[in-house]
Amino acid sequence: MKSRRQFIKISSLSAAGLIFGGGLLESFANNLVKENKSYFKGPFDFKRTPTYCEVCFWKCAGWVYKDDNGRIKKIVGNDLDPNCNGRFCPRGTGGVGMYYDEDRLKTPLIRTEERGKQTYREASWDEAFEYIASKMKQIKKEYGPESTALFTHGSGGKYFGTLLKAFGSNNIAAPSYAQCRGPREVAFISTFGQGINSPENTDIRDTKCLVLIGSHLGENMHNGQVQEMSDAIDKGATIITVDPRFSTVAGKSKHWLPIKPATDNALLLAWMNVLINEELYDKEYVKKYTFGFEQLKDHVQRYTPEWAYGVTTIKPQQIRETAREMANAAPAVIVHPGRHVTWYGDDTQRLRAVAILNALLGSWGRRGGFYNPEKAEVTHHKLPAFPKPKKNWRDAMGGKYNLADLALASGVCDASIPSPDMDYAVKAWIVNGTNLINTLPDQQKTIKAIQALDLIVVVDTMPMEITGYADVVLPECTYLERYDALRISQGRVPSIALRMPAVDPLYNTKPAYWMAKELAKKLDLQDYFPFETIEEELDWELKQVGTSLEEMQRIGVKRLEREFDDLYFADGENVEFNTNTGKIELYSTALEEEGFDPMPVYTPHPEPAEGFYRLIYGRAPMHTFSRTANNPNLTDLMDENSCWVNPKVAKEWDLSNGQYVHLENQDGVISEFPIKVRVTERIRFDSIYMVHGFGHADKRMKRCFGKGVSDTQMITNVMTDPIMGGTGMRGNFVTFRTDIKKSEV
Amino acid sequence: MRYAMAIDTKKCVGCSDCVVACQTENDVPIGYCRDWVVEVMDGTYPQLEMELRSERCNHCENSPCVRCCPTGASHYSEGGAVLVTKNECIGCSACITSCPYDARFVHPEGYVDKCTFCLHRVKNGMQPACVAVCPTKCMYFGDLDDPRSEVSQVLKKRKYKTLIPEAGTKPHLYFLI
Ligand code: SF4
Ligand code: SF4
Ligand code: SF4
Repeated sequence: MKSRRQFIKISSLSAAGLIFGGGLLESFANNLVKENKSYFKGPFDFKRTPTYCEVCFWKCAGWVYKDDNGRIKKIVGNDLDPNCNGRFCPRGTGGVGMYYDEDRLKTPLIRTEERGKQTYREASWDEAFEYIASKMKQIKKEYGPESTALFTHGSGGKYFGTLLKAFGSNNIAAPSYAQCRGPREVAFISTFGQGINSPENTDIRDTKCLVLIGSHLGENMHNGQVQEMSDAIDKGATIITVDPRFSTVAGKSKHWLPIKPATDNALLLAWMNVLINEELYDKEYVKKYTFGFEQLKDHVQRYTPEWAYGVTTIKPQQIRETAREMANAAPAVIVHPGRHVTWYGDDTQRLRAVAILNALLGSWGRRGGFYNPEKAEVTHHKLPAFPKPKKNWRDAMGGKYNLADLALASGVCDASIPSPDMDYAVKAWIVNGTNLINTLPDQQKTIKAIQALDLIVVVDTMPMEITGYADVVLPECTYLERYDALRISQGRVPSIALRMPAVDPLYNTKPAYWMAKELAKKLDLQDYFPFETIEEELDWELKQVGTSLEEMQRIGVKRLEREFDDLYFADGENVEFNTNTGKIELYSTALEEEGFDPMPVYTPHPEPAEGFYRLIYGRAPMHTFSRTANNPNLTDLMDENSCWVNPKVAKEWDLSNGQYVHLENQDGVISEFPIKVRVTERIRFDSIYMVHGFGHADKRMKRCFGKGVSDTQMITNVMTDPIMGGTGMRGNFVTFRTDIKKSEV
Repeated sequence: MRYAMAIDTKKCVGCSDCVVACQTENDVPIGYCRDWVVEVMDGTYPQLEMELRSERCNHCENSPCVRCCPTGASHYSEGGAVLVTKNECIGCSACITSCPYDARFVHPEGYVDKCTFCLHRVKNGMQPACVAVCPTKCMYFGDLDDPRSEVSQVLKKRKYKTLIPEAGTKPHLYFLI
């Protein structure tokens, strides 16, 4: 067993993405490639083929079954998989629709007119690659290779990432960071020296009290967490939900706190006040493991429940009662860090408050709180050294966001808009599996950045809005038709999962690894792709962890032994945390060094003007953003979003259930399409709610075109987190435009 | 043997996975469904209550649909499951009118279709597709005559209700409350 100290160092580094596979001799691998081709069987040799789901980032492992005619029939979970325990969520079950969607991209396309107009000609793969390679070479000559960037939110990103690094750029960004969970990672790393990562290390299965701050488990189908929440309900756990909307899980909660939006920090600080002043916190834990308790104690004195009542509209009695409820359950309590947390621009501080509460309750490292996850270490084949980029997107940030541990998609976007005081600009984008038009806030800015590029390549399965701006569109086959990199998941037990094609690709579509390798050949970078086929690479990697492609084709998932016996802290164990002080930092020295508040404070946020309502958005269990918007099976369950309106507001505006209205935001942006009104008691009177990922404007997606409103279109006010550059999106206010008729659009 | 299903409304999150899983398992065409999810709200802000129910055919012990079927296509099968024999069904829709739960529909191929309790799976020792997929594990299926079956066990422990009991159909779907 390695010592804990080593372990924590490793895991926090891997949170920052700094771990690379060790080097095994290349010649050894090359020999292997030459042998053994025979058993890389094709999909048709199997009755069921293993896959891991690509409909969301949870990546559940499952089996694809075909009918007697060899057509894909259904996908079900793999019982061995710790991410799903044999049960897929509705999106994963409906994943078949991605394959059958007749609106898929079918062949490579090259743009013939200006960007944004969808005029393309069909091209051969070779022509498409030739076009991209010659532009990239030109950009390299004129601006340097570091003027290229990759945006990715899909499994193919690994291969395009290798290509880009080999080319000489490290601008590799996933919108899941700055537009989603980034503040959470930075907050937990600065508190515990360790991030949360994915799947979250929340020990929901054994918790006695689950506190959700705006997180709507059950509507966001983070599969493992929803399953464990259900187990916890069975075992009688208390749920406390803080949400301006009566979410599904609010309906299962002992306490629903319908907080005034944008005031969560006040509630969190008041909870600290109660825990400390009523001496309900875990004294031993705090004394042994934390740094800065006395400062925190002083700091929260002014944040009394009475004070918080005026800010949050939550009664002092309820604040006290819920704090006591948490303390009673401690340490088996989770103040859940959430996932999409970029709300108001002070999100890192809000998540710091969440982290501190967990520290006061002693739940980090304890059963029913947060466990210590382990991730399999799979050696990747050693590649030639990557050239070192002279610059990257950070050079365009003017020294800001040093604490961001991953690249900011919005930062790369900003770095693509040329400005006189910048001596560096990104000139080429490769966009893989993310509809940036609907993912990055402030669509006009995204489009401005795109218009300034010399090259934009989009790799996708569907004609998403972003493809309308591409110079070259590369049609990827769906996850059911391809191999991909192994899924290497963290969890209570480390596990790996294989994805292999169940059928041959439809149309003229190809997998990402093939595209990246072919492009590499055109760019003279083939040395970075040493394997002839992905089967050989996977087999090589799998053999490093004691299995093989052949075995994985039969079992799909392999659970590995934990290397460290430290799921929870042992009683009285000495633990060193990967922070400056080696302690859990209630008072953050890292934030202080960067000139930020070392302890979270409450800052008031702008409120809606008369006649305007705060736009709150969220998820529906049957959709994953744009990705599923046109899926025939899933649109069958939900094909448009609706605008939730409190009955009082509806009365004021004379709105009725089912009526279609346009929305207009604080900046005068009018929604492109109308949205159906849903009059419901389930929402506060100062807010409206809609599900994210609707209102698609690309006519080539026939099922979802013009259905509902795109929340992203209405999000023009972005509040950037000064600590790590997260893009806060919940400071937008909308009003109703009943005067615009549906037919006018 | 009496097959029955118990569905825990306290755990169901209304995700509709049961609906998609049934569609892909049983080739239910898109636009149709054998099971569906109902949300019932009660109260006014902020005193609210919500019940979520995954509903399907109740496989009633006293089925009006079996009684009224002129051809005998609707019948009781193993464990009391109510089934429709495709090629005996003339599509007259009498059963659809008689069902108080609106559980039946006319398949585009012309016959009446509905939940089968996935007998094709159950006979092979598997759970119905909806039960097997549910991420919250809120559904229990089994034999009411077997006191050790999951469904008998959970009905012993928990409070439950049936839908429209006054119709006298003796439904075999139990909702845990
Ligand atoms: S949670 Fe659902 S969509 Fe996400 S990977 Fe799992 S089955 Fe797929
Ligand atoms: S799958 Fe389960 S949780 Fe989801 S709606 Fe159906 S019964 Fe409810
Ligand atoms: S038992 Fe089978 S047929 Fe009936 S609703 Fe469930 S999946 Fe559909």
